[in-house]
Amino acid sequence: MINGFVARTLGALACVAVAGMALANDGSGDPAAVDEDSGKFYDAEGNPTFKVTEDGTVDWYTYSGFRRYHAECHTCHGPAGDGSTYAPALTGSLQKLSYSDFMDVVVNGRVNVSASQHNVMPAFGTNPNVMCYLDDIYIYLRARADDAVGRVRPEKRADKPEAFTEAERACMQS
Amino acid sequence: MRRILSAAVLVGVTSITTQAVFANEELAKMAENPKNWVMPTGDYANHRYSELDKITADNVGQLQAAWTFSTGVLRGHEGGPLIIDGVMYVHAPFPNTVYALDLSQEGKIIWKYEPKQDPSVIPVMCCDTVNRGVAYGDGKIILNQADTTVVALDAKTGEVLWQAKNGDPSKGETATAAPMVVKDKVIIGISGAEFGVRGHLSAYNLSDGKLAWRAYSVGPDAEMLIDPEKTTELGKPVGQNSSLESWEGDQWKIGGGTTWGWYSYDPELDLIYYGTGNPSTWNPAQRPGDNKYSMTIFARDPDDGQAKWLYQMTPHDEWDYDGVNEMILTDLDIGGTNRKALVHFDRNGFAYTLDRATGELLVAKKFDPAVNWASEIDMDKSSPTYGRPKVVAQYSTHQGGEDTNVQGICPAALGTKDQQPAAFSPDTGLFYVPTNHVCMDYEPFRVSYTAGQPYVGATLSMYPPKGDTHMGNFVAWDAAKGEAVWSLPEQFSVWSGALATKGGVVFYGTLEGYLKAVDAKTGKELYKFKTPSGIIGNVTTYEHAGKQYIAVLSGVGGWAGIGLAAGLTEPTAGLGAVGGYAALSDYTALGGQLTVFGLPEQLTSAN
Repeated sequence: MINGFVARTLGALACVAVAGMALANDGSGDPAAVDEDSGKFYDAEGNPTFKVTEDGTVDWYTYSGFRRYHAECHTCHGPAGDGSTYAPALTGSLQKLSYSDFMDVVVNGRVNVSASQHNVMPAFGTNPNVMCYLDDIYIYLRARADDAVGRVRPEKRADKPEAFTEAERACMQS
Repeated sequence: MRRILSAAVLVGVTSITTQAVFANEELAKMAENPKNWVMPTGDYANHRYSELDKITADNVGQLQAAWTFSTGVLRGHEGGPLIIDGVMYVHAPFPNTVYALDLSQEGKIIWKYEPKQDPSVIPVMCCDTVNRGVAYGDGKIILNQADTTVVALDAKTGEVLWQAKNGDPSKGETATAAPMVVKDKVIIGISGAEFGVRGHLSAYNLSDGKLAWRAYSVGPDAEMLIDPEKTTELGKPVGQNSSLESWEGDQWKIGGGTTWGWYSYDPELDLIYYGTGNPSTWNPAQRPGDNKYSMTIFARDPDDGQAKWLYQMTPHDEWDYDGVNEMILTDLDIGGTNRKALVHFDRNGFAYTLDRATGELLVAKKFDPAVNWASEIDMDKSSPTYGRPKVVAQYSTHQGGEDTNVQGICPAALGTKDQQPAAFSPDTGLFYVPTNHVCMDYEPFRVSYTAGQPYVGATLSMYPPKGDTHMGNFVAWDAAKGEAVWSLPEQFSVWSGALATKGGVVFYGTLEGYLKAVDAKTGKELYKFKTPSGIIGNVTTYEHAGKQYIAVLSGVGGWAGIGLAAGLTEPTAGLGAVGGYAALSDYTALGGQLTVFGLPEQLTSAN
């Protein structure tokens, strides 16, 4: 599949190696944004993170992640990552999962089937609607896990960065 | 040689026809015995009504749990058991276990069938791994497995008699619908419109499991079993390629219109009835046109699948208002004329009454006043938009456009009513309808299609209508007048199928887990009992050893288990969820249990 798509995924996976060492607040450590590149924020470990300003404006990626989460993930994990009767609340999962763990589960899926449990997370590795927005979804859920955004649609958001538009086009057209 | 061959074929055909009539008559006759519950819908007309009258409005208050049975599965339990001559057949969600229980031996297990299915089917089921029950016909129990394998089991032994493959789960094709046996055929539906599945209804031979016919919901006339000259919509022939012309390019190939609801059958007219689901994707901008025949009521010949008439309720859907809910067949006095009617409570919030012989539209009224996406259905026969909904621009997600969040649409995608079937009582002439009372914001956006991956293209958030603090109603409906006679508010959506009885009692379950009994005339609550888990199953009744029982599956889940588990998204979150935003998880937990109710011994002996 598509070049941009692969490039972006590989880039994200490369970051992961560094991220694994993070400690503390959520599964990836301290979510505080210390770096910015074209509207996308990173924590001290170089993991993607959210940025919410004092007036409640969220960064574009958090908002984009909100939308994509609700299209691709919420039919199992419930609105706002709060879980359903058969899939875990991701607001809880991301307290433990690191950025690289998250990538691994989304790309490859996970099977938890026993006599009474029949839980299967599908592999989204070939789904551009998920893979082109993997960081966005991660950033949104990280913000939810750290209680930086509420359950509802973020009211105020940053504008869509040009870099995002270009990357999205390249990734989705591939 | 050729002559001999033809003769042999003719003989074959004759014997099949004889058997067909037999199987049909057998089932219809069995359904007349109220001690049994022989098909998931109660009878071919989908009345969900029982002639049993030992449990009455006077004594139902003393109902007790008589016995219980665990299915061993902790997922959403839709549908209900069959009861045939002292044996109860209980099904479960994935892995779709089926049990035959001996009612004469306190529910001892006669046989158990557990198919081996690839667990990769689990995540391609959009809304939990539900299954709505098994069907019976000619000594066989028919199971429509999650992975689309259709299995016929020997009703006596559980032995597999034949298997058929109805779809491919790696493309997102799955199964949740209960089969229906009509004549010598088994009618089977398919799920997966959220994965771009092209829906169809298929008929398999009851005798050997061979595919007899398949009617697609969208595409070329020949594959839809539509005759452009003879198949009609609102009295007029549909014309050539009416489906193809309502789509842009090849979008119809991943166009949805799945058939996961209920089916009904009129033996006199010899027609089966069902509705088709949403067009794919949820982003209407990606599929310009009417998207025929998604969201459509079909009447087909059960022998060859040919469509006699059809009616598209929601052309070019913009809200996910699947048309799959049950078609209830009854004769009604409409404007002084007795009509062979079909009554359908649609997801889109309108209750439709049609002439089931001709497909003529007789009544279309909102069955929840909160419905706002359309002002009304155009009933003017001379109008160019006759039969179409008058869409309110403010709530059109197409007119809003991609990336625009359209707010305050009622009902939500859950519909004013989902698959949970209504009941009809010939005693009161009323329909008893389990409903949702939920609205939504809906934002469509562009998505790309990958086989076997979700193909949704919209985000939505749901909440109760403004000013209301409840999410469901249980409604008694007069279909001839198109108005509610009474309506009982429920904290959560009513996601359980109703049961009406000659005893003057109507039963339904709630998402908190209550089985409730209400007076059929007034709606007065007469009894309630909290079962171990939320109820999304359908209430059933039967008689055994002279005693009437009520049975229902508990096991919260399904779509209700997704949206309501953690509570709807409250705009002013943080104060603690109350009323309409209450979390279902504060009231009930996972389960998988059948609860059977009966009257205490002293009362039954007094009868």
